[in-house]
Amino acid sequence: MFALVQPAFASDIRPSREFLSPELRAQQDDPARHPGWLWVEQGEALWRAAPPSGQPSCGGCHGSVAGMRGVATRYPAVSAEGALLNLELRIEQCRSQRQGEAPFGYESEALLSLTAAIAARSRGLPMSVVTSGAAAAHLAEGTRLYSLRQGQLNLSCSQCHDDNAGRRLRGDVISSGLGLGYPAYRLEWNGVGSLHRRLRACALGVRAAQLLPGSAEYLALELFLADRARGLTIEAPGLRR
Amino acid sequence: MSDLTTRITMPQNASKGDIIEIKVLARHIMERAIDAVGLKPSPRKIIHTFRVSYAGEEVFRMDLSTGIASNPYMSFTTVATETGVVLFEWLEDGGARHTRVQTLIVS
Repeated sequence: MFALVQPAFASDIRPSREFLSPELRAQQDDPARHPGWLWVEQGEALWRAAPPSGQPSCGGCHGSVAGMRGVATRYPAVSAEGALLNLELRIEQCRSQRQGEAPFGYESEALLSLTAAIAARSRGLPMSVVTSGAAAAHLAEGTRLYSLRQGQLNLSCSQCHDDNAGRRLRGDVISSGLGLGYPAYRLEWNGVGSLHRRLRACALGVRAAQLLPGSAEYLALELFLADRARGLTIEAPGLRR
Repeated sequence: MSDLTTRITMPQNASKGDIIEIKVLARHIMERAIDAVGLKPSPRKIIHTFRVSYAGEEVFRMDLSTGIASNPYMSFTTVATETGVVLFEWLEDGGARHTRVQTLIVS
């Protein structure tokens, strides 16, 4: 009887792709029929495009977007200014500070495209975020949020994504709740969206307060999820139901 | 006229008589003219026809409508007969026409 409630061990955490149907997994692996690549190509065009401010394009400083290989495995990360930034916010920072332009705006098509183009360069590489030093406090907050019961249904992330991973919910399979495929093309959205948009959808599902994309809570949670996915390979742009 | 982002995957070379597969993705604004309370109705603007011609001859045509998944993935095959231009055409509500061109070299 003592086995009724089992804690989730690291070995129970499976990559997101294993929860996809074989058809969807094959489509995710094939850029020729993965609509997310429309965003990746748009992002690569933005990478090369010079901003109106006259400052260099992304490529003007960083070179080819191919040089972004492995970058997505390290985000979210604490910046030199001490703020926890995910890939989206890191791009926004560059946009406003180095390019002298107004930020694209979280969840804007331009930011999603650029993020997808950069994250796609880390496809197949293992997640390896830094969780020591300044990031430790954020990780602790993320860990707390992950196991915090919330909403009218009074559910924590863990109660679905650890206790019931692999079982079905509303016609879909509950995954281990990792952010490996984000930004991802979601069939439900008819487009590409960020991990924070997905977290908002989860919050709606348990009837909890939906926080703003880019909020400190979601960033901390993203760091926890990235640490939880340590060693598992990036699938971005993912294909999700 | 709105933008159309496309991805076309097909071989560049083929031997005469080969069956080649052409895969097409397109992204369009898809104004479905949803008439919601308090919103001004806007005219429908979707891609209604997709057609492909190869060396001047139509090899594929599809009528598109609401109810089809957005950004649909389409795949079809044709027989490589001669070196020629493959012309992809998307016809939009309101009369706009988007085209993309690929060349198939047949040896």
